[in-house]
Amino acid sequence: MAELQIREAIRAAMVEEMDRDENIFLMGEEVAEYNGAYKVSEGMRDRFGDRRVLDTPISENGFAGLGLGAAMNGLRPIIEFMTWNFAFVAIDQIINNAAKIRYMSGGQFSFPIVFRGPNGAAGQLAATHNTSVEALYSCFPGLKVISVSNPDDAKGLLKSAIRDDDPVVFLESEFMYGMRGEVSEAEDYTIPIGEARIAREGDAVTIIGHNKSYWRALEAAEMLEADGYAAEVIDPRTIRPFDWDTVIASVKKTNRCVVVDESNPFASVSSEIAFQIQAQAFDYLDAPVHRITARDTPAPYAKNLMEYYLPSTEDVYRACRAVMYLD
Amino acid sequence: MSLKAKEVATQNGQPEASYDVIETKLTFRQYPGDRFSHESLGLSVEDVADIYRNMLLQRRFEERSAQMYGRQKIGGFLHLYIGQEAISTGSVYALKSGLDSAITAYRDHGLALALGMTSNECMAELFGRVDGCSKGKGGSMHFFSKEKGMFGGHGIVGAHIPVATGIAFAHMYKNDGGVCICYLGDGAVWQGSFHEALNLASLYKLPIVYVIENNQYAMGTAVDRASAETDLFKQCVSYAMPGSLVDGMDVFSVCQAMRDHVDMAREGQPSLVEIRTYRYRGHSMSDPGKYRTKEELEAKKNEDPILRLKSYLIQENLISNEDLDVLDMEVKAEVAASVTFADESPFPPPEAIYDHVYTQEDYPFLT
Repeated sequence: MAELQIREAIRAAMVEEMDRDENIFLMGEEVAEYNGAYKVSEGMRDRFGDRRVLDTPISENGFAGLGLGAAMNGLRPIIEFMTWNFAFVAIDQIINNAAKIRYMSGGQFSFPIVFRGPNGAAGQLAATHNTSVEALYSCFPGLKVISVSNPDDAKGLLKSAIRDDDPVVFLESEFMYGMRGEVSEAEDYTIPIGEARIAREGDAVTIIGHNKSYWRALEAAEMLEADGYAAEVIDPRTIRPFDWDTVIASVKKTNRCVVVDESNPFASVSSEIAFQIQAQAFDYLDAPVHRITARDTPAPYAKNLMEYYLPSTEDVYRACRAVMYLD
Repeated sequence: MSLKAKEVATQNGQPEASYDVIETKLTFRQYPGDRFSHESLGLSVEDVADIYRNMLLQRRFEERSAQMYGRQKIGGFLHLYIGQEAISTGSVYALKSGLDSAITAYRDHGLALALGMTSNECMAELFGRVDGCSKGKGGSMHFFSKEKGMFGGHGIVGAHIPVATGIAFAHMYKNDGGVCICYLGDGAVWQGSFHEALNLASLYKLPIVYVIENNQYAMGTAVDRASAETDLFKQCVSYAMPGSLVDGMDVFSVCQAMRDHVDMAREGQPSLVEIRTYRYRGHSMSDPGKYRTKEELEAKKNEDPILRLKSYLIQENLISNEDLDVLDMEVKAEVAASVTFADESPFPPPEAIYDHVYTQEDYPFLT
């Protein structure tokens, strides 16, 4: 095992895959000469040259669509968005073209493309730079959506995403690029898309969280351990397709569930998880599914309001105790 | 060019800063009608007959489609290309089949037939049947044929222009010598995607020709009501690429212009071509066309590109009237057979709804 930052793990995945397959290229704003706005692609232009690592003008709609055309014509693009907030001007390409052209062509054209970049809360940047997009993209059949919480998953899942013949929305986090963790050094290390990870086993309550929310879930589980309760923590890792089997089996064991989701609450990933749990494990539930999400507002600027806006470990801990009827 | 302010003496003797004038000379190419002949283009009599036959096939196919729409054999929208056939046929003649690529918007039947897609697969798609070119998943606006280099058939105005740019990018990246033609309507020029795409193509020196099929109306909005600059070809200036204006009612003008521009693309020079044309039918089947006068429509019908080529064939004694009649009969028979074929083709079975969403065969759909 090697200890890497998440940014290094993402870079390692791209470099290994680009070494393996000449048809893969990386394109985005500041990815080449500047070495990446968050230094994810540092050194990649030196390694692969201008042909395979390309800077773009600030034209997300243009270069997202360019990636799709390249994929239709035999290449395997990795398109970096500096943040997913900037991809809203490219959303027609992702939702109408990436997700639907394969279907409308009767399967003649496929889209082996990865759109990747940081998603979700990124600090005191106010509302336009703090959007969580996982629920939005997961709405659309034709796309796959991955959101990672640690370097090992980042590497293993990004390699799988790059190899996948379907379009993948790959969600990272500005806050987490510097996070260090052990990464498998196994040759050709990949993690299958669509498999959740049981990060911590327990029988008292199931806590589900992806990306930053996974860490809130884990911290809450540690607080519950101090209270004498073993929580099971699940990181879905892939949002679409979602690993329902793992979640439902866990809830049938613990009979209680709290979902942590940094998105705004309405029609969020947590909404779908709660629906599926009631549909598939109703008789096993000892309490209603509880969720902790961002507030139902745009993200604020003021530091204290931003802290109030986001799910906190304390919120998750309280929710777990509530579904366990401890308070 | 100099932006240095010059000093001008004023009445009280104090110098006053003023501006310089920047003068730039812009040149564009124009390919007018009646300028080119089959001989100047080096086309054989067989080539010209082929061109005529293909344009006629598009016309008859769409006339029959309109009829079938009336009989409710075809659902959704049906946007007819009638009047614009010289563009699809004339430009495809510049492409290398099996190597080059083409992509267009939703008025796509003509291009599909020009690229060699069969009347059968096209009519079956309009009917929403399994033998359709998109297996009944796309309909009128979404014709595709990987085999024929037809990258669609796209329903959202302007959305395919960046995609076209990526198709050309792949030709360059693979160094396969291929070129992409991207067709778009005059209405699409005012989508941001057009401008982003042209800039990217010019920056990366992509092998692509952007063809604006200016049929004068974006749905019901005339060009001069939507465009501050009505010479749409002039948009090339902003993207440092060559631009041309072409008479789209003369297939030979289209042939010559597109041959020149496809050659440029093959050398890594993207370019913009505005081809002026006219659609004789409404925007779609539900459009009575009240935004234009009957006189305008009738005048344009006198320029009909198919009648024009037919007159040329007769005047130049290239084809006998009898042979023209035979050709006409053949085309009618092909279209009639496509209706029978489409009608006999099955509807997709219900379980086909999950096909072609993902390449992954065991994708776990929510049910």
